[in-house]
Amino acid sequence: MTHKSAITLTINNRDHAIAVEPRRTLVDAIREDCGQTGTHIGCEHGICGACTVIIDNEPVRSCLMFAVQAEGKKIRTVEGLADGETLHVMQQAFMDHHGLQCGFCTPGFLMLAVGVLEREPDISDDDLLDVLSSNLCRCTGYQNIIKAVRAAAQKMRK
Amino acid sequence: MKPAPFVRHVPRTLDEALGLLSQLAGQEGRILAGGQSLVPIMAFRLAKPAHLIDINEVAGLDRLESDGKALSIGARVRHGAFHKLAVDNPLGALLTFVARHIAHYPIRMRGTFCGSLAHADPASEWCLTAATLDATMVAKSSRGTREIAARDFFEGIMSTALAEDELLAEVRLPLLAPDAKFGFNEFSRRAGDFAMASSLVTYRIVGGKMTDTRVGVGGAEAAPRRITEAEATLNGQTPNDAAFREAARVASDALDPLEDHQTNAEYRRDLVRAVVRRALENSLP
Ligand SMILES: Cc1cc2nc3c(=O)[nH]c(=O)nc-3n(C[C@H](O)[C@H](O)[C@H](O)COP(=O)(O)OP(=O)(O)OC[C@H]3O[C@@H](n4cnc5c(N)ncnc54)[C@H](O)[C@@H]3O)c2cc1C
Ligand code: FES
Ligand code: FES
Repeated sequence: MTHKSAITLTINNRDHAIAVEPRRTLVDAIREDCGQTGTHIGCEHGICGACTVIIDNEPVRSCLMFAVQAEGKKIRTVEGLADGETLHVMQQAFMDHHGLQCGFCTPGFLMLAVGVLEREPDISDDDLLDVLSSNLCRCTGYQNIIKAVRAAAQKMRK
Repeated sequence: MKPAPFVRHVPRTLDEALGLLSQLAGQEGRILAGGQSLVPIMAFRLAKPAHLIDINEVAGLDRLESDGKALSIGARVRHGAFHKLAVDNPLGALLTFVARHIAHYPIRMRGTFCGSLAHADPASEWCLTAATLDATMVAKSSRGTREIAARDFFEGIMSTALAEDELLAEVRLPLLAPDAKFGFNEFSRRAGDFAMASSLVTYRIVGGKMTDTRVGVGGAEAAPRRITEAEATLNGQTPNDAAFREAARVASDALDPLEDHQTNAEYRRDLVRAVVRRALENSLP
């Protein structure tokens, strides 16, 4: 009845052939079935944003999608941001501006910020602030995340 | 927590979707649209549907189009579609302004306009918009198509006039007059939270006086609605602070406010007075 179906998830341009029940959330499949544990799970109901990934150029909560719904789509996770040893501008900015402490929320914030800036490079600083209110961080107090994302935004626009 | 097991169905056409819905509605079958309300309640196991009819692959439901009289919004149109102007009419700007207040950016990439209406949270911004602008809901089932007026659609907290085998296939929002003005305001404790009270107003100014005024209030009663008493106090007035305050007071008095553990009726009335006044104020250039 609710048996597993064989699907292929394409994560950071690599295909993962897996078998999942329809109820398997995308974030569980990314972590448990595909072994890509950079994407984190916080609340599992859409509040915290730790599970944010980019699917077909849209930042989304991967705990609010079922894995079977992502078949045939391009999934990007934090593992795909760096180019070899070179960090993505956003990752470098988080380091430079101390945008993380424990790092639990960081993959979600990185994918959120990169996802939105790729879609809307000219987004205003005020609107960026509103975007960053999407995700929760228990450590930093947000100020350094905001600084990091605004600095990276300037670089990404060039 | 993890959702309970279910069978997923992936119709490609509207007829297929309606066929599945009529067959499965009686066996705990439900529509899955954006999943931004349904998946959280499944994760809490507050909902345990046995079948999900996933409409994300149904052709044609992503229609977002104006025929010069109304904007048609299909069942797959996501909140994020309104980040850009959906129509060259004040309605387009209104929808863009309101959309920013719904949840957060990543949730707006998935959640749908029609899903919000079908879900019918009393605080939903789109439910308020549909009620204030007198939207028409187009409900389809394998039995046929019917149109439901917004004032007959919302029946209470998370309850609508849709029958269990009906899909909300499309919502039609009437275009506004080219010179129409609008204002919106909501109060919530954190950005992206559901509003504790919200208000949407539209009107025109003819010969210096307000006319065709609509005042909608959401989040305060079991369902959003127009407050005709407040509209009547504004029609024929020049837009001014005293008139706005009076209309806000009248709107707040006309309500039968929802109460919950943090919000008693008096506090809810105060919030309504504030959001109606602010919606009117921010309607001015
Ligand atoms: C953290 C968070 C914050 C949020 N904040 C807000 C907010 O501030 N304001 C707000 O309005 N919403 C908010 N939402 C909810 C969001 O807007 C949802 O997208 C919306 O309520 C439902 O749309 P959906 O397409 O995701 O529907 P789904 O979750 O797929 O479905 C919701 C319900 O409607 C039914 N349904 C869906 N589409 C149809 C249809 N076409 N015909 C018949 N039945 C249908 C489903 O069967 C289900 O019962 C929030 C969600 C989250 C996770
Ligand atoms: S784990 Fe997805 S939003 Fe918290
Ligand atoms: S750095 Fe610890 S939660 Fe954000």
